[in-house]
Amino acid sequence: MQSKPIALTILDIVSIIVLGIASYLALVFAPTEAVMGDVQRVFYFHIGTAWVGLVGFVLAAVSGIAYLITKDMRWDRFEVAAVEVSTMFFFITIVLGSIWARPAWNTWWTWDPRLTTAAVTELIYIAYFMLRQGIEDPDKRARFGAVYALLGGLSAPITFMVIRLFRTIHPVVIGNQSAEAQGGFSMTPDMRTAFFFALFAFTIIFIDMMWHRIRLGGLQEKVEQLKLNVSI
Amino acid sequence: METIPDTSGYMIAGFVVSFLTMGLYVLSIYLRNKNLNQDLETLLSLETEQTKKK
Repeated sequence: MQSKPIALTILDIVSIIVLGIASYLALVFAPTEAVMGDVQRVFYFHIGTAWVGLVGFVLAAVSGIAYLITKDMRWDRFEVAAVEVSTMFFFITIVLGSIWARPAWNTWWTWDPRLTTAAVTELIYIAYFMLRQGIEDPDKRARFGAVYALLGGLSAPITFMVIRLFRTIHPVVIGNQSAEAQGGFSMTPDMRTAFFFALFAFTIIFIDMMWHRIRLGGLQEKVEQLKLNVSI
Repeated sequence: METIPDTSGYMIAGFVVSFLTMGLYVLSIYLRNKNLNQDLETLLSLETEQTKKK
């Protein structure tokens, strides 16, 4: 059995602590928004999870390039971890957005450019795992996965930029928003504290989960190799 | 004076979904890790047996 590094145990503890603090800041410390009420508090987790989700998809694309150049399976493990953890976080982003939209826009979902690109991005990465499941040869699987992650990675900057380039009802927190945007608000200093801490907290949690997932990938590879040895 | 709308139910739902999703993912990593370690032990003992027979 693999022994767990002390640094990872420390990171686990730090992750739990920062998640607790981020929750406190979002639920208690930040003031209630006057127009939307308490539902606005999900915004801190919505942005935090979106941030790590999109960064993870870009990291997966970069590791896909690194794998194609080096053919080193460690890059493949990194890529799978980045996609899996990011898909999980981005799922939270979409669900939180939908929950927020119900009282703010009076609908759970609308085919707005931002919501559409976010849904497409999530579906692209769910399909990534379906693609990998269908390929038995590890090298071929890694190669196809790398090319797919590289192309899929384009969806992350598109999703980020779409509200800054097109007419959309999705509010922009930092930067200029479209005239059609609904549900926007200006942040007070306490809201900014909760916002930036949430970004920090989810970055730490993302790194922690990535590390665990990379180790799991290493173990999977070891088991696959042993299965081949034993069957020979 | 305008009153702040009560949207706390949506807020609770949002945080429950967030913690539940993260919790389930952590659980899935733990379970996959546990199963792989069991597989590893079995395969290692099989490999040792095969080496002894040879």
